[in-house]
Amino acid sequence: MSNQLEMRAVYTETLLKLGQLDERIVLLEADLMRATGSKNFKDEFPHRTFNVGVAEANMVSISAGLSSAGKLPFANTFACFATRRTFDQFFISANYARLNVKLVGSDPGVTAALNGGTHMAFEDMGIMRTIPKLVIFEPSDPISLKKLMQACVEYYGCTYMRLHRSFADVLYDENEDFELGKGKILREGQDVALIATGVVMVGEALKAATLLAERGIFATVVDMHTIKPIDRNLVIQLAATCGAIVTCENHQIVNGLGSAVAEVLVEEIPTPMVRVGVKDLFGEVGSLDYLKERFGLTATVIVEHAEKVLEKKMTAVKI
Amino acid sequence: MMDDKTLAELTDKAKEIRALTIDAIGYLGIGHLGGSMSVVEVLTMLYYRHMDIDPSNPRKVDRDQLVLSKGHAGPALYSVLADKGYFPKDWLHTLNRGGTRLPSHCDRNLTPGIDMTTGSLGQGLSAAIGIALSHRLDGIASKIFVIIGDGESNEGQVWEAAQAAAQFKLHHIIAFTDYNKLQLDGFMHEIMNIEDLTAKWVSFGWFVQRINGHDLPQIDLAIERAKHEPLRPSMIVMDTIKGKGVDFAENQSTNHNMKLDYETALAAIAKL
Repeated sequence: MSNQLEMRAVYTETLLKLGQLDERIVLLEADLMRATGSKNFKDEFPHRTFNVGVAEANMVSISAGLSSAGKLPFANTFACFATRRTFDQFFISANYARLNVKLVGSDPGVTAALNGGTHMAFEDMGIMRTIPKLVIFEPSDPISLKKLMQACVEYYGCTYMRLHRSFADVLYDENEDFELGKGKILREGQDVALIATGVVMVGEALKAATLLAERGIFATVVDMHTIKPIDRNLVIQLAATCGAIVTCENHQIVNGLGSAVAEVLVEEIPTPMVRVGVKDLFGEVGSLDYLKERFGLTATVIVEHAEKVLEKKMTAVKI
Repeated sequence: MMDDKTLAELTDKAKEIRALTIDAIGYLGIGHLGGSMSVVEVLTMLYYRHMDIDPSNPRKVDRDQLVLSKGHAGPALYSVLADKGYFPKDWLHTLNRGGTRLPSHCDRNLTPGIDMTTGSLGQGLSAAIGIALSHRLDGIASKIFVIIGDGESNEGQVWEAAQAAAQFKLHHIIAFTDYNKLQLDGFMHEIMNIEDLTAKWVSFGWFVQRINGHDLPQIDLAIERAKHEPLRPSMIVMDTIKGKGVDFAENQSTNHNMKLDYETALAAIAKL
């Protein structure tokens, strides 16, 4: 049924196209070009591609220097290294210095699969969310990847993009418009809102909505591609219309999407909510399907949580 | 080679910069005196003799740049920038006060003439590599100067950058190590020794010179040689004295961030 594209290929093709239009764009890699597949950019722009070897911290500070001289650097590595390993470099050299570095962390969460626990970033968004003004997003499909990359090039300031590298369903029409910081409603229902982010969990949330509909529960599904800044208006609107929220993220439930949504809810419109995500655990090795089951990142788990939050909604004391 | 007149002028200028810096730190009552004093001569040679800059256009694209990676020596650089006319000299008395444009560590967004934000040690050389790569792409022939602290050289990232600058053949990077032999907690050979520093940079593929960092003609000659190096990035290891010129502070392990009342500061300036 579904039309799938390899996100890695879409990423590198989009970067190449953006690079053809904007000569400020340069690419930095830390000895993972075979993984990111950015050879096409290097072939066309050998002088605008810098492989710094296995030295991510250096890569990020070099990117900051390139930006200070007017370039628009994309720096690429696995999400775990992009965030845990280069936090201070990204914080000080790039963000604190108010520069324009586009950091890309691939293989987020369980998609690190066979690389295992050491490479499994369940905390990257949480770490990055504490950096003032940083824009953090994770495209959920090939179209949103293209459009959000374009938006991030047009935006002056540092961004962190979580990049799912393997195949993903096409969810959007080619002509769909995207804006950083504005979530997308993929399906509408009045009982509960499933707010998801990223390829893995937007996909599972859509499946969960179908399963819930079979039980007579109608769910709104939102692709919250940007978790910072969070789309406050949309969260408030969902709380007002559905009265129950489930957040779904391929990440720790601490300081990721669920936290961002909860912060809006408690301040603006207290609403029953539950968080689907990794419950304070380290990553492990295994196949993607195994890991999704292991960490509770499946449509079935979302359905269970939706039913739980609906009970809360029904018993909530109306003030 | 500098003629005697130039040397005399630059010697006076260094004294003036030293005085302005002691004055700014003394006016506040505390500051990074030691590491500011040890870079006065190199800053003087860069800004008054070697760098191609335009204080009326601090972001001129093809200017020479300085990344003061040991960002805590900001006060010495602020004295130079004020004297060059990047901003009024009375800003120097706002050092580290709330709302100032002159923070303890260099900030490219706050201070006209500061080329890169620094302060978290170890990152400046990497940033300089980024600037140097950008200039190479754009066909800009300017030089990127970097000053690294000796204690800073404990940071692993310095050596990541050392590899990369050599790999990318960034001969337009001219770096200095302010080798005053003291880090915050004490003497380097007792805390974390970095010897043989010259051999380390040589082994990383750099063009390395070792000089007396308070000797203006030696600094001048080293920069001239570095400018003409066709392939390799340059490291000029400067033997310096932390706190140089302030007799009670010189080579004292307590001079990294020291209290200095204004009266004592003025007396120190009078003795220069």
